Amino acid sequence: MPHARTTSPSHATEKVARPSTAAPRPPTPRRAPRGVRLWRGLTPWLFLAVPLALLITFTYAPVANMLAYSFTDWDGVSPELSYTGTDNYVEIFTRPELFRVFFVSGYYLAASAVQIALALYFATVLSFNLRFRNLFKGILFFPYLINGVAIGFVFLYFFQDGGTLDSVLALFGHESDRAWLGTETSANVSLAGVSVWRYMGLNFVLFLGAIQSIPGELYEAAELDGANRWHRFRYIIAPGIRPVLSLSVILSISGSLSVFEIPYIMTGGATGTETFVIQTVKLAFQFNKTGLASAAAVVLLLIILAVTWLQRRLVPDDRVDLV
Amino acid sequence: MNHRKTLTGTLLAAALLASGCTGGGGSSKGADAEAADDPAQVSGSITVLTHRTDIVQDGTMQKYADVFNKTYPKVKVKFDAITDYEAEVKIRMNTDNYGDVLMIPAVIKKNDYPKFFASLGTQKELSQKYRFTDFTAVDGKVYGQSPMGAAPGFLYNKRIWAEAGVTDWPTTPAEFLTALKAIKSKTDAVPYYTNFAAQWPLSQWTAVNGSVSCDTEATTRLAEGNPWGEDGELRVADQLLYDIVHQKLIEKDPTTTNWENSKPQLAKGEIATAWLGSWAVIQFRQAAEKAGADPDDIGFMPFPARVDGKACATVNPDYNQAVSIHSKHKEAARAWVDWFTDKSGYAQDNLSISTLKDAPLPEVLKPYEEKGVELIELDDAEGAKVKEIDNASEVGINAPAYRQELVDIARGAKDGDIDDFLDDLGKRWTEAAKTVGS
Repeated sequence: MPHARTTSPSHATEKVARPSTAAPRPPTPRRAPRGVRLWRGLTPWLFLAVPLALLITFTYAPVANMLAYSFTDWDGVSPELSYTGTDNYVEIFTRPELFRVFFVSGYYLAASAVQIALALYFATVLSFNLRFRNLFKGILFFPYLINGVAIGFVFLYFFQDGGTLDSVLALFGHESDRAWLGTETSANVSLAGVSVWRYMGLNFVLFLGAIQSIPGELYEAAELDGANRWHRFRYIIAPGIRPVLSLSVILSISGSLSVFEIPYIMTGGATGTETFVIQTVKLAFQFNKTGLASAAAVVLLLIILAVTWLQRRLVPDDRVDLV
Repeated sequence: MNHRKTLTGTLLAAALLASGCTGGGGSSKGADAEAADDPAQVSGSITVLTHRTDIVQDGTMQKYADVFNKTYPKVKVKFDAITDYEAEVKIRMNTDNYGDVLMIPAVIKKNDYPKFFASLGTQKELSQKYRFTDFTAVDGKVYGQSPMGAAPGFLYNKRIWAEAGVTDWPTTPAEFLTALKAIKSKTDAVPYYTNFAAQWPLSQWTAVNGSVSCDTEATTRLAEGNPWGEDGELRVADQLLYDIVHQKLIEKDPTTTNWENSKPQLAKGEIATAWLGSWAVIQFRQAAEKAGADPDDIGFMPFPARVDGKACATVNPDYNQAVSIHSKHKEAARAWVDWFTDKSGYAQDNLSISTLKDAPLPEVLKPYEEKGVELIELDDAEGAKVKEIDNASEVGINAPAYRQELVDIARGAKDGDIDDFLDDLGKRWTEAAKTVGS
C-alpha cells in the first residue's frame, strides 16, 4: 500500500493525495503498529478470498485442465493417458470437415442481427411513455427466464407437422402440415428463430437500461429544437447506448459461434443443424476422444477471443459524452 | 500495475498445479469379489448405481431389496438412480467413489475392466451356469454379469399386418418391403416408425449384426472386415432402412417423432412396425393396456433374412453389473450381483432372456421357438477392438448420427447417394481398423 489512508469518510471526495503531514485534521497518525498494518493490508484479500477461490476452482482450474487434456490422447475415463504434443491441434487443422459446421453459425449470426434490431426497436418504443409499458416489458423479457431444455421441448411440439405453428398458419389460410425441421434450411431457420425468441429479452433489457440512463432533459431540449422521434433515436439514443450496443454485438457473435442447447435438444444435430459445440460434445462423449475435443474447445475459445479483439479494434469503445 | 501482474501469474501457476494433481489414480492391481459361504454373515451397506430410474421411483427396486434382505439380513442396499447414466457415471469413474455395484458404462475399454472392477471369478467356471460371460471377460476372468439379455427384432401390430394380408414373417428384405407396401395401401397405419427424433432407436439397427449370416463370429468380422462391404451385415441392415425410408413407408415427419407416444400408437394400430428389441415388448404392452388397446396385438419378429431357411436372432446382454474395485464391502456387493441375477426374477419381470442358461425362454419369444428361430450368442472376443475402431473412425455404429444422415439422404433432405454413403463408411472403418490395436 503506497500511503495509509485516513478512515474518515468525509475525505472520500478528495481526489488529490496530499502528503499526510499536511493534513490538518485528524492529527497525523504516526505509523500504525505492525499488527494493525498487517491487518489493513490483509483485509481486502480476506474479502476477496471467497470469490477468488470460487473463480479459480470453477473457472481457471477447469480451463487449465482442459488445456492440459488437449495435449493428450485421453478418452475421458481410462486411468492411462499419454502426452501426444500438438497432435490433436494438427488433426483439427488438417480436417476441414470439422470447420464446415461453422456455416451453420451463419444462420444464427443473421438471426442475431434481427434479434438486435428487434430488441432495439422495442427498447426504444417502450422507453417512451406508453400504456401497459411494464406489462410489455415483462412479456418481452419472459422467454429469457425459461429453462433452455424446456424451450427445446416446447418448440419441438410447436414445429411438429400439424403442430402449433401449422395450426396458427392454417387460421390464416396457409397450407398446414409442413415439416419445419425437415430440410436443412428450414430446420436451421426454425432453430435460429427459437434462439431469437429466447435471447431477445436479454438484449432488450440491456438496451432499455442504457436508454433510461440518458438524462431526460436531453429529449426535452431536442424536442424544443424540433427533433422528431427518429432524430431523437438517431442523435441521442443511438450514440448514448453505443457501449451496450457493441457489447451486444460481441455477445451475439460469440454466441452464434458457440450455439449449443437449442439445436442439441431439438434435433441433436441431425439434418445439417450440427454446430461446432455439438460436434465437440460428440467427439468427447460419443467417440471418447476427450483430448481431441479439448483441443477443439480451445480452438473455439481462441476464435472467439480473436473475433472479439478484432471487433474492439475496428470499433473502439470511446466514452459516451452526451452532455 | 506490477502488483496485479504477479498476482495473475500466481493464480495461473496455482491453477496449473491444481490441474496437474487431478486425473487418473486407479490402482492397476486386480481384486476379487468372492461369493460368501454363509449369507447370514455377510454385512455392510452398499450403493447400487442403476440406469433404471423408472423402477427405482415406483418402488420396484426397493421390493427386490426387501426380498434380498430375507436372505442377507445384514446387508443394507441403497439405490442411486441416474438419468443420464452413461455420461454421469463416466465422470464419476474418474474418482474412487462410484458406488459398490454399478452397470458397466459402454465407454470403459474392456481391457481397463480389471482397473475399475473386482473380478467375479473365472470364465471357465461361470460360463457353465451363465450366458454372456464372454462380454466382460478379460484374461479369463469375468468382471461383470448382465441380469438379463434381449434379442433384437421388429415389434409389430399383428392386427394391422393381418389386415394387410401378411400372415407369414417376411424372409427377405424385399418381402419385408412388399409387406410394408401392402400395409400402406390397405390400412391407415404408418408402415414403419423410425423414431428419428429420439435418436437412439436408430442405433438399434446395429443389432442386426449376426442375424443375416447366422454366424457367431459376426463381431470378429466387424473388426476384421468391412461391415458395409459387398455382403456386410450392416450394409444389409442399412440398405433395408434406406429402402423403407426412400419408398416413403415411414411417418410423414420423422424430425419430430415422439418415443413415448409411439408405444400406444403401435398398440392401437396407428403404427405397424418398429425395429427395437425384445426388451421393449413389455413397455409396449403396458402402454397398450393404458391406452385401452389389446396387449396381445403386439408381436415380435426376427430380421428378414434366412440361412438355409432358418432365421437367426442374436441374444445380447443388457448392461452388465459389476462390483467396484474400490468397494469396501465387496462380499455384500457380490451377494447383490448374484442374487439379482439368479433369484430376483428381474429378467422374467421384464419378459427378457434370463442370464441363467437353464432358465426357460420368456413367453415373448415363444413364437421364435415354434417357428424354429435359432438364438445365437455372438463371440465377443473382438468386441473391444470393434469399439476402438468405431471411436477412431468416428462412424458411431452405436450412435445415431450416421443413420440420421442415412434417413435424411433417403427422404431427400440431404443430397447424396446411398452407395457412396455406405462405401464411405466402409472406407473410414477399414482405414481406422489399420491404425487400431496393432
